[in-house]
Amino acid sequence: MPDIVTAEPDAGRSQPRRPAGRSAKYRRLRASLAPLPWIGPAIALIALVVIWPVVVMVQTSFQNVSALGITLGSAGLRNYSAVLDNPNLPGILVRTVIWVAAVVGITLFISLGLAQLYNQRFPGRRLTRWAIIAPWAASVLMTALIFRWMLDADHGVVNVFLHDLGIVSSFNSNEADWLGRPDSALAWMIAVAVFVSLPFTTYVLLAGLQTIPAELYEAARVDGASPWQTYRRITLPLLRPAFLIAAVINLMNVFNSFPIIWEMTNGGPGYETSTSTIFMYDLKNTFVGQAAAMSIINFAIVVVIVAAFVRLNRRSLQEAR
Amino acid sequence: MAAKVPAAPRPAGARGPHPHRRLPSTKTALIAAAAYIVAIIFILPYVEMLITALRPHGELLSRNYLPHHFNWSTFINMWGPAYGLTSSVLTSLEIAGGATLLVTAVALPAAYYTARRRFRGRWAFLLLVLATQILQPTVLIVGIYKEYLNFNLENISPTWSLILVNAAFNLAFSIWILYAYIGSIPAELEEAAMVDGYSRVGAMFKITIPIAMPGIVTSVIFTFIAAWNEFITALTLTTNPNQYPLTVRLDSFRGAYQVDWQHLFGVSVVATIPVLILFAIIEGRVVGGLTAGSIK
Repeated sequence: MPDIVTAEPDAGRSQPRRPAGRSAKYRRLRASLAPLPWIGPAIALIALVVIWPVVVMVQTSFQNVSALGITLGSAGLRNYSAVLDNPNLPGILVRTVIWVAAVVGITLFISLGLAQLYNQRFPGRRLTRWAIIAPWAASVLMTALIFRWMLDADHGVVNVFLHDLGIVSSFNSNEADWLGRPDSALAWMIAVAVFVSLPFTTYVLLAGLQTIPAELYEAARVDGASPWQTYRRITLPLLRPAFLIAAVINLMNVFNSFPIIWEMTNGGPGYETSTSTIFMYDLKNTFVGQAAAMSIINFAIVVVIVAAFVRLNRRSLQEAR
Repeated sequence: MAAKVPAAPRPAGARGPHPHRRLPSTKTALIAAAAYIVAIIFILPYVEMLITALRPHGELLSRNYLPHHFNWSTFINMWGPAYGLTSSVLTSLEIAGGATLLVTAVALPAAYYTARRRFRGRWAFLLLVLATQILQPTVLIVGIYKEYLNFNLENISPTWSLILVNAAFNLAFSIWILYAYIGSIPAELEEAAMVDGYSRVGAMFKITIPIAMPGIVTSVIFTFIAAWNEFITALTLTTNPNQYPLTVRLDSFRGAYQVDWQHLFGVSVVATIPVLILFAIIEGRVVGGLTAGSIK
């Protein structure tokens, strides 16, 4: 950690353009050290808690580590080959793609509507805006547990409701056991992930809507544009920066999402409802080295997704600044 | 779109009765109805959480929407030593409070300096901060766990490690939001104070920080909530039930064979209350805070 803190002034000193006198050199050193009291603590914290674990993780991914965390020696690339040869991995990766695409896509789509709705003027707007924060305020863990309880095959309120509607014919049956079947479990968990992602996304889009000048709408109205035209030609293009930022943040959060699947199905049966994050955490309990290798792979996936996304939308993101 | 809506009477919020209020148009009524329905859907799972916590033991597994009578004893006996709620609330307060203090102490000077000064490495620093926003504890959990073991941190209370982890992963958002806030305050105000004899640090405390207070409050509350709800690192680092923060305590009600649902949801209600209060404080600023933090 200390070497990183001093790295900055070193970089400042490394290429003196011309030989300077002692006092000039000293002054330049002082100038390059001046930011340290201000930004040094932040760099130190990042180095200790973010960068150090990255380094340790890369190291660990090449080591043979016992379940208790004791290093038994080098493993070369065996951790990576073990993970990549794992017969469950292809299914897990496909599921991860479905999970991320479905949750982010559905969340953004619904949030566009919700932001529009809560941007209107109506009595009680403050209260209702506060109410839709609920899934953001409650921890995701808690929301996942509530849904697990509500989906209980024997007495869950969702099944009670569906039974009243005649959709579920009997309790404790296979059709009532939503979390027992991988396909319906995944669908429900996607729904829960959308549910907890909506408040933040809606609020980001609301913030975006408020940056659109009212005069533009006024002009559109004077020109006789229909509401749909106004939305397509004014709202959507000007909302793009907020939309893209919401999309990027959701991509990262959903990819890294842990508590929902962990609490609702624990990734099972087998690995049939696991995403790559759950798979990694599961490996950690027995094969720390393989878990580290899987983390590096996950990390690479996140970086690739985000980089691709930023690249595709570079121009709009620059406008956002 | 907002401008096209027939203007409802100005104080559109629920600010008490307005005897002379014009009747809202059909369109406003429809919009309001849709907004209320959506809001109720968002609340329903948490209402079910409360109802379950209030179910008498004999009715826990009943197939009714509401129990025949409510039982408040869960909310009383969950504070007993068997459930460890008291220690968990304290631990969570320590972690979230400690992380919030640390973030503020670290982020404020960094945001101030980067917003006010052009220095060598400024861009690199902001990029480093942004990079930590991409990384999350989940993807680094194995590294964090190994570092924890390497430094023998399991010998001291995991609370300290969790304060550090939560502070570090919320630093980016705080620096970003404070950077935007401070950047929007004219530097001339401080210069005027410095002409009046204040030092730079004095001017920062006297002028900039009071004006930037809304930004500071927003960043403090977001950090507190994130640390309060953090799960995966706490789950990984705490092994002793006496040191469980609230999220790990909730997880622990999920036993190997059965789940203690009533206490699980009773504790959940308690864990949610501080967050709701904090959100109520910044309600009007959530939108503005996000604009400053992520869009501007």
